[in-house]
Amino acid sequence: MPDDTLNVSHFLVTGDPLIYGADVSIVVVSIAIVAVLTYYRKWGWLWREWLTTVDHKKIGIMYMIAALLMLFRGGVDALLMRMQLAFPNTRFLEAEHYNQIFTTHGTIMILFMAMPFIFAMMNIAVPLMIGARDVAFPYLNAISFWMFFFGAMLFNLSFVIGGSPDAGWTSYPPLAESDFNLGPGENYYLLALQISGIGSIATGINFFVTILKMRAPGMTLMRMPLFCWAILATSILIIFVFPVLTVALALLLIDRIAGAHFFTMLGGGNPMMYINMFWIWGHPEVYIVILPAFGIFSEVVATFSGKRIFGYASMVASLMAIAVISYFTWVHHFFTMGAGPGVNSFFALSTMIIAIPTGVKIFNWLATMYNGRVRVTVPMKWALGFIPNFAVGGATGVMLSVAPADYQYHNSYFLIAHFHQTLIGGVVFGMLAGMYYWWPKMFGFVLEERYANWGFWWFNIGFYVCFIPQYLLGFMGMTRRIYTYPTGMGWSTLNLISTIGAFMMGLGFLFIAAGIVYSIFYGERDTTGDPWNGRTLEWSVPSPAPHYNFARIPVVTSRDAWWTMKKERKQGVLPPGEDEIRPIHMPKNSGRPFILSLSFFVAGFGLVFHWYILTVIGFSAVAACLLLRSFDYDTDYYIPVDEIKKTEASYGRS
Amino acid sequence: MSMMEEKVPGHKGRAEDGKWPWMHIVGFVISIVLTLIALRLVLAHAMAPSGLFVTIMVLAVLQILVQLFFFMHILEGGGPRWHLWMLTLGFIFVFTIVAGSIWIMTFGAEAY
Repeated sequence: MPDDTLNVSHFLVTGDPLIYGADVSIVVVSIAIVAVLTYYRKWGWLWREWLTTVDHKKIGIMYMIAALLMLFRGGVDALLMRMQLAFPNTRFLEAEHYNQIFTTHGTIMILFMAMPFIFAMMNIAVPLMIGARDVAFPYLNAISFWMFFFGAMLFNLSFVIGGSPDAGWTSYPPLAESDFNLGPGENYYLLALQISGIGSIATGINFFVTILKMRAPGMTLMRMPLFCWAILATSILIIFVFPVLTVALALLLIDRIAGAHFFTMLGGGNPMMYINMFWIWGHPEVYIVILPAFGIFSEVVATFSGKRIFGYASMVASLMAIAVISYFTWVHHFFTMGAGPGVNSFFALSTMIIAIPTGVKIFNWLATMYNGRVRVTVPMKWALGFIPNFAVGGATGVMLSVAPADYQYHNSYFLIAHFHQTLIGGVVFGMLAGMYYWWPKMFGFVLEERYANWGFWWFNIGFYVCFIPQYLLGFMGMTRRIYTYPTGMGWSTLNLISTIGAFMMGLGFLFIAAGIVYSIFYGERDTTGDPWNGRTLEWSVPSPAPHYNFARIPVVTSRDAWWTMKKERKQGVLPPGEDEIRPIHMPKNSGRPFILSLSFFVAGFGLVFHWYILTVIGFSAVAACLLLRSFDYDTDYYIPVDEIKKTEASYGRS
Repeated sequence: MSMMEEKVPGHKGRAEDGKWPWMHIVGFVISIVLTLIALRLVLAHAMAPSGLFVTIMVLAVLQILVQLFFFMHILEGGGPRWHLWMLTLGFIFVFTIVAGSIWIMTFGAEAY
């Protein structure tokens, strides 16, 4: 714990033109945001409508915006790395800076891009799909979001204040211990993950309870849309594995801040134990982010094939099987640790077994499309692009699961290509499919197709151009996390191709972003509430959904409830439940989740720099917020019938 | 609509229950005491390592029981069936973490 971390020259990161550029752009953007908000007098609006909201749809939208911003930052990190690796012996980034960039790239993409993106999709869709008016604990939901947000801000702050973490996104000791890692970077990593992790666990609990307790009458578990099943499986995983990460990070933090020896060799600790615990969380974590994508594909494929999903029960069974088996595979991340043939054989087998339910799902999607009237819309394109992509990713995953062979692949570019294939081809494709699919429900207009198509094709083709060469590079001996390589290794051409592919993906992202901006001004308005001829309940309410979601809670009689209701209406059967509108019980907005999370941020920032006074102040504010909440009895209200009728009439409904 | 409208089995609303939450306070104190005992034993090197491992494991199991009886109201029963499912799954996962970690961290010292 060097005291010189308090020096100003260490406090602000100096000496790198890229970081000075970032400093300038952060200041400029901050001034611009403050100026715009002040000029248009939007501070009150921002506070009332967004910062204090407990509405699951608005929280979902904020998660999505944050995820897209973090996708941009993580993507820029990726481009910087690919620029460095495009040619041999490049001097674009120094070794230390390169280490920081691959660390932040990985951490941001998994924890601050993929996680908020899945939270965005589940917040937006799950309550609407099960016919609920909000999640089970709306106030806790707001806390979850702001904990994530301030965790992400704390992590991103490291870039300009104090220096980024540089021990990889896995942050293995002994490298991440204070003996080898002097600056505050690793403290940033540990505390940012802890703070956002509290939010993640709360979200898991929240959606678990929401799905099990708040379904509309008649919606039995086996009538739920598959996306809700996927979120149920995800929530179970979150509840059971995030505490393990919390413990691992807390022990490492105690090592770093209080000088304990949980993971140091000298003091009788064992760094391998951290690796073990990290992956007990880390492997289920990849299923936490992929299962919601599977859920989205199930909805998108069924909707745009005009058919109910093929093999619903087997889809549910495989989701649940994946959720449980994924808990028994973690050692395949460190076969080379040398735990012995018994251990490696067990975990190699469990890893191969988990490919089976995943394969079942792929075949079910194909069978759903078979003989269907497939409409190749933008969300469907991402779903179609996903299938070959994930098939390759799955096949290389099974290759990696063979423990003896893994000694060859381990930590080579083969591994890098494999997990990008599943995480981009699976998670990012899935989340973008969900974004295009539910965008009209969020904002009331459809995203324009031309830009979106350009975005899809550049991103999809760019993906293969970027990552197929990396499989080959892995076979040729290129290891991960090297910041440069000499000529004459035979790696140069493939690296250049890979870099070109990365920029194609970057271009694809720009098209997607441009398409969003274009559609805000010229996008086709969705006046029906059901632009895709959907099958599930979220399409039964107007777009964007009113803040109480359903004026009358729907009564569900079958799977694909909205499809059945539409059919019955066509046949002249009045759907049940068209009774009187009654006052709706809703949670009140609160600014406390924001202040509570801000207090965590202050406490965390204090711990990063060992400024314990700041930590005490932060945690006192946290305690005050918790106490105030305990004595707050004014947390909910009723929307009067007149107001509901007026809102419904403004959508042209009665 | 919030959870308050529903009747959660085994859960008493604040309106009907003005009593001091003794169970929670007792549970809280016991769990802290159990933690402090473990910390004290380790810091004082009170036993040989193998004895320490066993004692800490026993304390951990007691800790689980405190959570189940004082905070999770395991005796109040009457909940839906998935309560039992989730509890079972939780035990399986805890067993997997502990037994799996011990197995892995012996580094082949066992005869497979």
